[in-house]
Amino acid sequence: MNQLKDLVGKNLRQYGIMLALVVIVITFAAITGGKLVQPNNVAALIGQNAYVLILALGMLLVIIAGHIDLSVGSGVALIGAIIGYQMSVWQVPWGWAVLTGLGVGLLIGAWQGFWVAFVKIPAFVVTLAGMLLFRGLDQVIAARTMASLPQGFVNISNGFLPRFFGALKNPFAGWLIPSGSVFARNLDGVTMAIGLFAVLGLGFQAWRNRSSQKEHGIPVPPLSLAIVRWVLLSIAILAVTFVLSMNTPGATPILRGTPILLILLGILILVYSFVTSRTVFGRHVYAVGGNRNAALLSGVNTRLTDFMIFVNMGFLTAVAAIVTTSRAGNASAQAGTGYELDAIASCFIGGTAVTGGIGRVSGAMIGALIMGVLNMGLSIARVNANWQMAIKGLVLLIAVTLDLVSKRRSKVA
Amino acid sequence: MDDRDGRDDYILEMRGINKEFPGVKALQDVTLNVRRGEVHAICGENGAGKSTLMKVLSGVHPAGSYTGDIVFEGQVCHFHTIKDSEKQGIVIIHQELALSPYLSIAENIFLGNERAKAGVVDWRKTTEEAQELLRRVGLDEDPARRIVDIGVGKQQLVEIAKALSKKVKLLILDEPTAALNDDDSENLLQLIRQLRDQGITCIMISHKLGEIEEIADTTTVIRDGQTIESLDMHGTEPVSQERIIRGMVGRSLESRFPEHTATIGDEVLRIEDWTVYHPIDTGRQVVKGASLDIHRGEIVGLAGLMGAGRTELAMSLFGGTYGTRISGRVYKDGQEISTRTVQEAMSHGIAYATEDRKRFGLNLIQTVKENITSAGLGQLAKLGVIETDAETGIAEDYRQSLDIKTPSIEVAASKLSGGNQQKVVLAKWIYTDPDVLILDEPTRGIDVGAKYEIYVIMNRLADAGKGVLMISSELPELLGVCDRIFTLSEGRITGCLARAEATPEALMTLMTLETIKKDDLK
Repeated sequence: MNQLKDLVGKNLRQYGIMLALVVIVITFAAITGGKLVQPNNVAALIGQNAYVLILALGMLLVIIAGHIDLSVGSGVALIGAIIGYQMSVWQVPWGWAVLTGLGVGLLIGAWQGFWVAFVKIPAFVVTLAGMLLFRGLDQVIAARTMASLPQGFVNISNGFLPRFFGALKNPFAGWLIPSGSVFARNLDGVTMAIGLFAVLGLGFQAWRNRSSQKEHGIPVPPLSLAIVRWVLLSIAILAVTFVLSMNTPGATPILRGTPILLILLGILILVYSFVTSRTVFGRHVYAVGGNRNAALLSGVNTRLTDFMIFVNMGFLTAVAAIVTTSRAGNASAQAGTGYELDAIASCFIGGTAVTGGIGRVSGAMIGALIMGVLNMGLSIARVNANWQMAIKGLVLLIAVTLDLVSKRRSKVA
Repeated sequence: MDDRDGRDDYILEMRGINKEFPGVKALQDVTLNVRRGEVHAICGENGAGKSTLMKVLSGVHPAGSYTGDIVFEGQVCHFHTIKDSEKQGIVIIHQELALSPYLSIAENIFLGNERAKAGVVDWRKTTEEAQELLRRVGLDEDPARRIVDIGVGKQQLVEIAKALSKKVKLLILDEPTAALNDDDSENLLQLIRQLRDQGITCIMISHKLGEIEEIADTTTVIRDGQTIESLDMHGTEPVSQERIIRGMVGRSLESRFPEHTATIGDEVLRIEDWTVYHPIDTGRQVVKGASLDIHRGEIVGLAGLMGAGRTELAMSLFGGTYGTRISGRVYKDGQEISTRTVQEAMSHGIAYATEDRKRFGLNLIQTVKENITSAGLGQLAKLGVIETDAETGIAEDYRQSLDIKTPSIEVAASKLSGGNQQKVVLAKWIYTDPDVLILDEPTRGIDVGAKYEIYVIMNRLADAGKGVLMISSELPELLGVCDRIFTLSEGRITGCLARAEATPEALMTLMTLETIKKDDLK
């Protein structure tokens, strides 16, 4: 009985935040008269917030291990400046610029990891120093904004998958979509196929986990609950892919389809879900964050773990830098301002423990989406940027308060 | 109520106390009557409800969250906070001391109760009154010293001084000697006697039955949230430890230690001339040229008073996790090895289960399963990827073979009782398949029944050809379980007694050898 309660309680917290996301989406869809969920805006939402999702993946590990990284915004700017300079001034091939960008990211991570892991300087101090250091270097390199980047590079964030199936006739035109709308004409088959594939994969994975848990005598939630969960997730995925499959840029009736960026994000999220739940490294991160001394005495190489966490953060900072620079089409000194706060806020909204040891990729991603929908929705609703910031601050506070209060309650039970 | 000899002058009566947590009846109709000016011991297994009862009494669980009456000095009381109960003169000192480490002794004594005028601390008055209180508890320390700079025994005395500053009438001590060595414990018991003579009533929760026998006037036994009996310790029939144990466990333990015949094999581990310096006070030797050996199939004890260097010896050996300038030689199966890092020590088949489960042994927020596999995770992984199904199987196996009582292996380790947490720690190390297990206070803070199970596990490990080194503060335990016992005194090995020749007196003599020599020199 207690077990069931525990299981439901744990999931409720997870669902609670998903529910919050749904409520926020519906609220803004209503406020903006449906504009928020228009295909072109959904695509833009992904493009504009990819950096938050990417950085939150790295920040999640940093925070689980009991650290913090304040330097990622400056890191994004510095790496963006370095790749922009190479392409714009030296005219190097963009593939080479991307590779060196990733290399610089790893170096930045190793630099910070060295101080945190081996010299034992608190990460708050090391990354505060990094924040200033990287921003300063960035401003030296990007003294003037570097524009006219190669098209191949710009396509990373602005391109779309090829439409192998061409433009299909939209079967929903006339009833779900007003037939007069620019979105009503055609539909991209590739995008729909990706959605279907994701839904089936999700179902298979859930079924496999469930049967293996059963086999080992671990109590599983009732089948009906599992099916409801799968159906709800499937509806969400199909809804997003359906909307995206109708993506046309505003008034011109050119069908676009799935952003390349979405595929990149999907791969990263899958990889990091795997890293946190299935790998020795992931387990060590949780062990170090939960009880550093116990981890050390269990033979975990805590220094190497700390070091690798920051190297990984550096790598993802570089990925975020590439995506951001590609999307903007230029590298400027002010890039990445405040990104570290977005990433940290996403983790905390997603239920990552401030004290370390607890946190999930799914939570951090939902947290990042909540931040993204707020950004987008408030912009479409033409809310002043200053008010946007204030509202995001309050949402962060409320989300973490709800999370902690529910945890406290479940602890008493 | 009959009033023989006026002895039924109760300072405290707790009547029909019921306390429920969601899904658990923690206390059921508990009655506790404490006479004025007595030392009243409360015994019970872990989870019996002792601490809950004291939390009800002190207002941690506020009035309204339980049913029943608390009558203190003839008045029905409704305490909503600790402050309320303290106002009436009821002060509780918890097992984990509530002192602020970087504040001075004097500041701690008056914390929350500052000697001040209009919000400005009166330092002269603070110091003077602190000195007076320290004198009363027999602590000869400068009130300006910081708490971190004095030992646990002295910290306990500061807690009592703090209680006295609040004009305490009823002092509640929760496991006061759990972290103290024998000398400090004896001191503390002496102080409790003095306080009793000054008219302060004392409730003491303790696992140490010897202590209870020595000091208590009345002993109340609690089991499964119910009062089982109240024993008059000065009655016509003396109350034996076995008598109390019977009440605690609801059955008579034929023996507190399992029968075991050791099959002793070759030497598995030997250390020679092991010397360790203090990590901060680097000029001070904590372990001084210690040598000892362990054979396969053997349970070797390491006895010593608190501060003798037992844990320091073990941890310095286990990957240098304690101390600096560690020197000496280690031989495994006759071959000299190095154990400078935990990984290196583990690769040579050495395991160390810490004395401090919560701080060093477990990750309380991770599941039982993840804790069990945390040290041997490498065996479960291919190319850094964990075989999760196999992991579940392993954890499930240990849950069954060590009888770990948990609703499931997916429950956080924090939800388990002390004895079961200890089993999780043992499982974690057994899974690394070590040749030598160093168990540091493996039965500290766990109840009688669980202790027995731990001994059985130790015997099984020895029978499987492993060498076991057990560090313990409880001499009866060492005498009941070990094949040989080394004694450590002030960092030096002072002797090694075989089971047959070991007696508590002989061990204690060796454990205090150095100290006695020094006294002779004076």
